[in-house]
Amino acid sequence: MTSHIRKAGLLALGVSTSVLAMSAAASAQTVNLRYLCYADANECEVSRELLDRFEKANPAIKVTLDKVGFAVIREQLETRLQGGEAPDMARVTNLGGLNKYYLDLSPYIKAADWETNFATTLPWMRVGKDDKGIYGFMTQITVTGPFVNKTMFDQTGVKMPGAGATWDDWAKATAEVQKKGKVYAGMVMDRSGHRLAGMSISMGAKYFDANGLPSAVVDDGFKATSERMVQWHKDGLMPQDVWPGASGAKWKNAGDMFINGDVVMHIAGSWMIQKYEADIKDKFEWVVPPQPCGPAACSAMPGGAAMVAFKSTKHPKEVAQVMEFMASEPVLKEYYERTVQIPAHKGLAAKGLNYGSGVGAPTQAALKQFTADFAKISPVAHQLQGYQRNVAIFNATVNYVAQAITGTLTLPQAYAKIQEEIDNAVKK
Amino acid sequence: MSAALTWIWKALGDLIDGPLRSLQKHIGAHRMAYVFLAPNLIIFGLFSFWPMLLNFYIAFTGGQSVILAERPLIGVENFRELLACPSYLDPRTCPVAGYSFWTGLWNTLFFALVQVPIMVVVALVTALILNRNIRGRGFWRAVYFYPVMLSPVVVAVIWDWILKRRGILNALLDDMVSGWNDLARSGVWFEIGLGLILLLPLLPVTRALLARIASPHRLRLSHGLAVGLAILLSTWLARSGGLVLPDYRPVNWLIDQRAGWPMFWVIFVYTWGHLGFYMLILLAGLQAIPRDLYEAAEMDGTSRFRSFWRITLPLLMPTMVVVLVLSLIRAFQVFDEVYVLTGGGPGQATKMIIQHIYESAFIGDAKRYGIAAASSVLVAGLLMVLTLVQLLVTRRRAGG
Repeated sequence: MTSHIRKAGLLALGVSTSVLAMSAAASAQTVNLRYLCYADANECEVSRELLDRFEKANPAIKVTLDKVGFAVIREQLETRLQGGEAPDMARVTNLGGLNKYYLDLSPYIKAADWETNFATTLPWMRVGKDDKGIYGFMTQITVTGPFVNKTMFDQTGVKMPGAGATWDDWAKATAEVQKKGKVYAGMVMDRSGHRLAGMSISMGAKYFDANGLPSAVVDDGFKATSERMVQWHKDGLMPQDVWPGASGAKWKNAGDMFINGDVVMHIAGSWMIQKYEADIKDKFEWVVPPQPCGPAACSAMPGGAAMVAFKSTKHPKEVAQVMEFMASEPVLKEYYERTVQIPAHKGLAAKGLNYGSGVGAPTQAALKQFTADFAKISPVAHQLQGYQRNVAIFNATVNYVAQAITGTLTLPQAYAKIQEEIDNAVKK
Repeated sequence: MSAALTWIWKALGDLIDGPLRSLQKHIGAHRMAYVFLAPNLIIFGLFSFWPMLLNFYIAFTGGQSVILAERPLIGVENFRELLACPSYLDPRTCPVAGYSFWTGLWNTLFFALVQVPIMVVVALVTALILNRNIRGRGFWRAVYFYPVMLSPVVVAVIWDWILKRRGILNALLDDMVSGWNDLARSGVWFEIGLGLILLLPLLPVTRALLARIASPHRLRLSHGLAVGLAILLSTWLARSGGLVLPDYRPVNWLIDQRAGWPMFWVIFVYTWGHLGFYMLILLAGLQAIPRDLYEAAEMDGTSRFRSFWRITLPLLMPTMVVVLVLSLIRAFQVFDEVYVLTGGGPGQATKMIIQHIYESAFIGDAKRYGIAAASSVLVAGLLMVLTLVQLLVTRRRAGG
């Protein structure tokens, strides 16, 4: 009897030991990855659902998605990367600026497919002519441009400018709507040097010299834009809430003013489509008109966010597996459709996306307009978007043009400081 | 239960008693104080003193990496960049780093010079009131202290809701203006009400005007004249629309620079958020003053104002010095509330020195940790000088 009990005890001990050992081995085999994600609308939620599918198919890899505000990506990510506290992957907009931290996925993925499908945007994450690395893929292509409250035009009986209308035509028309409709402001632009750049390039700004360096950003085209920004604020056409309403390079979105009917035209970009669709509903009719023109072009600024991998990861192979899954055609198709984005994937762009019946007519029309605008983007805009230190240019322009608007600096003083700050950044 | 706890406590005491006694034997009784101070000193050293030293070192290095080994020593280059200004009084003449630094510094100095006296006076008045036997004293003390427990960001977000263009303050003012205009247009009842109000100042005026008339009906005459004038005036004012206010145009309290509103509200919100802390210190100081001094003064017939001037203020002076020094240091550290409320704007109007340090280090493409650290060192130096001056002045005044 005693020997039976002893045997049973030994058996139980053996079984529990092996179960413990097996579960320890299993947990040791599970690779935990972190993805730092920011969202304009539902991007992180959709990514999470897609990652759940990935985890189901790859039980040995677990991806934790940390949803953060855009400011965290903009202000804290690089410090975390320098301090060795980086996530494995992140959704970033400073594409060239973070290049030195990127993991080259080429050895782990089907590089030829990526080169074919992301040919236009892969160079945005590279630095220099010799850089052939594949660091990530665009989760969205964005195009800057205006949104217009058509209802206000209809109610005031003002004719909306059509294709080929200049920035000045738009200023005149929105000022008329503002006056007749007693609207708080005519036009508003997000507080961002990136938004300003599209208008500047249309006005003739070149941003780069013959060597491809931003040594003379303040040219006639840039000055024409800055002068208009100052004048439009002085006239009350643009509101004090956004550009003058902060200091330094602080980013400010003016979307709420457009939603609240405080402004006739909002100069933002394609990433706002989904928010406007959800928040405006049938309060008023909004449209995306063709890009306003200047003497040099009718150009928008391209942009977007990329999902990139960092070389500080301890699991490059697994990270590449996740990236390959997320960038695969069916997954990316679903992502673009559900987040209502312009596709950065050549194959998907050619086949076309079906945004579904849930997406309203204004959204469909807006996507069509922004996609058409993308084809007409000036080469200067593409060069600026692909330039490694473009954030320094954007920050300097927004900081000092805003100070000229508030009267803290004169325009010539602002021009001098813009170039000085850009020169400092390029030197470092 | 209690016996068990006592036993455990005693056992613990016995356990450390032996080692401490033997340590005392080795190092001597006069050095034992350091042993007891050690835990606190280690924590202070690790989390305060060591970062300060690191900051000092980084101030003399260049590059954009946060890793010390990757930062080359560049001597006083960062300080030179900050101080290379043709005119410190006009920061616009400085290169970009100096421009941001000096703008932030002047704004912070202005903020501190205005906000600290306001804070001390308001905290003192509040403490004096709450030190008296008023009804619901505990409740009022809690009310004034409550904002201190809130995060500065929460304080700023609350006030942002109140002060923004579509905020509560503008809505209230708009309602008041439209309410008054509705009343002014309401017709005969408004005229009667206005007439009655006008009657109050008109009665003594007409009485004075007719004072020299020697008539038994003088009083009736003056009253009749006052009533007549009141009817005439109220009818004319109400029907001419002279009392109808123009439609209220919402003020951008945090952006409209014309009357200095952004700086005013920054000072107001900061004072509101921190008042309770200084009030509590002063309240403790007030309660430490012996009551018999006031009783003696009262027996001598001393006025309340004289009691305050001769007893309260001199005896409260050591506490006041603490409040002054603390509020000055904290005024120089102002950041969170201002950054959330105004973002340093409009233009650079409310950009404080800590915002300059934060933006130099963390915002933008080029992370200028060296410039940020050098700025911190300069501000720390300035703060030390100001505190010393403040201590010397107050000590001299107190006759110490």
